[in-house]
Amino acid sequence: MLVVGCGHPDCGDDAAGLLVARRLKQLGVNAVETSGEATSLMACWEAAADVLVVDAMLSGARPGSIQLWDARQVPLMREALRCSTHGLGVAEAVELARALGRLPKRLRICGIEGRRFEPGAAPSPEVLEAVEKASRQIAEEVMCTNQGSSKTC
Amino acid sequence: MDSQGSKTIRTVKVDYLARVEGEGALYVKLRGDRVEDVKLKIFEPPRMFEAFLRGRHFTEAPDITARICGICPIAYQMSAAHAVERALGARISPQVRLLRRLFYCGEWIESHALHVFLLHAPDFLGYEDAIQMARQHRDAVEQGLRLKKIGNHLVSVLGGREIHPISACVGGFYRVPGRAELSALTEDLKWALEASLSALRLASGFEYPDFEQDYEFVALRHPEEYPLNEGRLVSNRGLDIDASEFEDHIIEQHVKHSNALQAVLRKRGSYMVGPLARINLNFDRLPEVARQAAADCGFKVPCRNPFRSLQARVLELVFACHEALRIIAEYEPPAEPRVEVTPRASVGWAITEAPRGILYHRYELGEDGRIISARIVPPTSQNQRRVEDDLRALVPQLICLPPEQLSWRCEQAVRNYDPCISCATHFLRLHLERV
Repeated sequence: MLVVGCGHPDCGDDAAGLLVARRLKQLGVNAVETSGEATSLMACWEAAADVLVVDAMLSGARPGSIQLWDARQVPLMREALRCSTHGLGVAEAVELARALGRLPKRLRICGIEGRRFEPGAAPSPEVLEAVEKASRQIAEEVMCTNQGSSKTC
Repeated sequence: MDSQGSKTIRTVKVDYLARVEGEGALYVKLRGDRVEDVKLKIFEPPRMFEAFLRGRHFTEAPDITARICGICPIAYQMSAAHAVERALGARISPQVRLLRRLFYCGEWIESHALHVFLLHAPDFLGYEDAIQMARQHRDAVEQGLRLKKIGNHLVSVLGGREIHPISACVGGFYRVPGRAELSALTEDLKWALEASLSALRLASGFEYPDFEQDYEFVALRHPEEYPLNEGRLVSNRGLDIDASEFEDHIIEQHVKHSNALQAVLRKRGSYMVGPLARINLNFDRLPEVARQAAADCGFKVPCRNPFRSLQARVLELVFACHEALRIIAEYEPPAEPRVEVTPRASVGWAITEAPRGILYHRYELGEDGRIISARIVPPTSQNQRRVEDDLRALVPQLICLPPEQLSWRCEQAVRNYDPCISCATHFLRLHLERV
């Protein structure tokens, strides 16, 4: 499974995806960091069959709440993932790949609800807590997958 | 979009203008058929990079300023490095100079490919966005994605990584690639050159609005080369200055409606920077392949139609691919990746050509090499007033259009400039008010 963390390191909770990728590396799990710009993200996952993208979101939910989407099944909430500074972000990458028939066989998006996105801001405590929780769950799933365990992770 | 209309008041609002970098708003007020007010509002909070730089060591300037933008970090690194090197009297080797030029080609390829194929082409083909466009113009979108990937790869090879590359430094590079690393890029770049030529043919078939303005184009001009890192700052109205004279001729003004300062030419007003300005002022510096391709598709200079900036951008893709191939073919790694630079009390200036236009940096350094003051004028700040002037002239021609089409055409006109609002101070929202 390829884990991709997206975001901006200097814009508060926008760093959530990157922080998950960094925490996964500490836990011994490979993860890729990217800004979330659509074309770079598509290039990241082009050779992978099973992809989990982690990004900050702004949907109005409680800060620090975590949502998981099956991107192959459900059109993404483009507005919720529009907290990226780029014109083309994670949601556009998924929909563009869908239109071009270039979606990985399995693609899930993990969104961590953010509260503050200002340049120079530190990530909020709620998001830091969610980063730890999401990282541990993802690490456990990756390790189960790698061990070929049949148990549900 | 909301719209309400009567004989006296009509308001059109678009709450999110997509396909631009960053957050801002556009406000157009009409009284009858007359445009009463146009404001390109940039409400992203000021980012204070000039203040962050104060007290930092000069060696940190390229890496700190690269964080201003995820799309054009190399432009920031290049302007910062050149300005500090000028302040400290450092002379880089000819091989490092060529590598920096190659580095910049990578950024032009990735930035121009993104804007041409995924952000601006949907306007000309009548699609809401690249996702809709991809369903019927799959080949064009795939071509754009591959071009951008090639640009990204070139940047990674030279800069260590795609986003916020880390290899460039004051005095040269921390690490330079071997010949084999660059030669491995040749086949992809040959494909990219052909793809750019094919994109130019595609773009020549687009319908361009019949709209021209009497622009003052401003760009670098080099005695021999199409400008990237060096040259005098020139215009079609007699401007011909060194980077050290920039602040004598170009002033930044604060306007209430924008958190980004607006740059204007002293006593003359707005001006245009970017691909269309560069092409108009440097057409004779383009390689033969690009000049011939321009002739074949009927693109001529002077070109004063801002919508044709898309063609100028594709011509620059042709140039950047051709130039990258030329540099790689001649490449000999430098004996030393960088020269030693010794601090002293000094001031240095540099202007380089970012994908969206000229990027000015000035640094005042103390004896210990700490930055006393810094000044950065990005291209979007310089085009901001010009975008407003374009809309002031364009909207009266579009008055008969239904609100949705009028708003869309305004958005297209803003995208002519490929604005990077993140750089200028991010969402662009359009408010069109008819009184």
